[in-house]
Amino acid sequence: MVSLKAKVGAMTFDKPGMVASGIMDETGPSMVRMLDCGAGAVVSKSVGLEPNAGHANPCFMETEGGMVNAMGLPNPGIELFEEEMKVAVPHGRIVGSIYGAGPDDFRTLAGKMEDYGACTVELNLSCPHAKGYGMEVGTDPAMVKAIVSAVKSAVSIPVWAKLTPNTHILPDIGRAVQDAGGDAVVAINTLKAMVISPEFARPILSNKFGGLSGKALKPVGVRAVYDLRTVLDIPIVGVGGISTWKDAAEYIMAGASAFQIGSAVLTEGPGVFDTINCGLERFMEEYGYGSISDMEGAAHE
Amino acid sequence: MSEAVVLVENIIEEAYDTKTFVFGWDEDVKPGQFVMVWVPGMDEIPMSVSGINARTKSITVKAIGEATKKIHELKVGDRMRIRGPYGNGFDLSRGEMLIIGGGVGTAAVMPAIVQSGADAIIAARSKDDVIMDDLASRYSKDLRIATDDGSRGFHGNAVQLMKEMVAEKKYDCVLACGPEVMLYFTYKACQELGLKCQLSMERYMKCGAGICGCCVMDDMRVCKDGPVFDETQIPKLTEFWTSKRDPCGRLVKLR
Repeated sequence: MVSLKAKVGAMTFDKPGMVASGIMDETGPSMVRMLDCGAGAVVSKSVGLEPNAGHANPCFMETEGGMVNAMGLPNPGIELFEEEMKVAVPHGRIVGSIYGAGPDDFRTLAGKMEDYGACTVELNLSCPHAKGYGMEVGTDPAMVKAIVSAVKSAVSIPVWAKLTPNTHILPDIGRAVQDAGGDAVVAINTLKAMVISPEFARPILSNKFGGLSGKALKPVGVRAVYDLRTVLDIPIVGVGGISTWKDAAEYIMAGASAFQIGSAVLTEGPGVFDTINCGLERFMEEYGYGSISDMEGAAHE
Repeated sequence: MSEAVVLVENIIEEAYDTKTFVFGWDEDVKPGQFVMVWVPGMDEIPMSVSGINARTKSITVKAIGEATKKIHELKVGDRMRIRGPYGNGFDLSRGEMLIIGGGVGTAAVMPAIVQSGADAIIAARSKDDVIMDDLASRYSKDLRIATDDGSRGFHGNAVQLMKEMVAEKKYDCVLACGPEVMLYFTYKACQELGLKCQLSMERYMKCGAGICGCCVMDDMRVCKDGPVFDETQIPKLTEFWTSKRDPCGRLVKLR
């Protein structure tokens, strides 16, 4: 019998796939639904200090091989999010995703998420379409180090940092997380992107640019995880365009200890977690991998 | 799903504040599905498809907010961007149907009336607010109008008229779209009368495609699992008639 248990540092998850931040995770009941669909954990919507309506519509569109969004971090704010966590936490593992403008914001938010029962906190250092947040703070290694250090000193749960592919210094950012005591990196967030309507001669998204996710992003993410594995000792959670067991296996063999799924919840439906779990199990049996950790980084050898 | 910039080919004045925009679009659409509509300078919004032909589709728009007023400025020959169709739509195979449209919600049930020819109710505040009754009367076996002020047809609301019709004839399933208060009392009446129902719901939407979760009622995505929910699902929707989510995802109590 093969085991699908995934170990990310000290944390063990019954299933290796988690719901990526921003997908069916703004409310308690929707997080519970995703846990029931076979996700090992749900990463919450990124939550900030204050309620935020996000960018105006259009903030989402489907493209060939993926989708482009500029939701703009809509969320009810950390105070009200307690109510959603109360509903979700008794049903399974919730990773609390947070975003802020600097170390103080992140420290405050992380403390609240720990109080609410999050098993882990994920720092959004990578959203490509929110001014003053996300990748704007997540592409400066000194800032990343300051944020991760601040959060590490404030909470006792593991601290993950979600990184952006929109930089040529991804390994430096990863090292900054590790040097500051971060427990894992999550790679990657969406790739900065734009779609223009020729008929209207303008970008379609109200924010003009957004982030590309979905199948088209997968090779970019796999490469990022592979590179990070060569420079980091801390675990990596792989994310970006996973919609089949093969995609998940690629990320694991690139060096990921677990993975997250976002866009495939649209293309494959919420049942994608069960489908991928079954496929992985069959593959592992046939190819003699007893556990996820047996497969981890296999492509490096 | 497809997206296209389409040409407005015809505009029909339905009422003093409501127009139907017919556009060239050859996608397959089921009754009860919706599209996301955008014209530069407005927020993209979900709109029910109110007319389904092989080569053209239509939306019926009541000018109530900034986006809908912007759509009202369109002329024949202007363009708008459509993506969709989205949502599950109505199931027209659940026995003898009574179809109810309330206010501009009538637009969402119109393709179901046209395709099934079923008995129907169009309900509105007054005679000036009744829309699409000409079209409906050409297809429905028995179309009745209800107005709150009695200025046309039955004097009373849709649910009162529905109860009269159910007493007269035998129905298996009620299909409805309209204000949530109408849907709620339609549901209650169906429970009392032992009828199945399919109600088309509305919530604030962002992606429209079932990924962001902004439009959820409890754990159900109105854009993807809905917008049509039936008598087996509605009892689990604790937010039906009681609360909704605002654009920040905050729970707003409706009563």
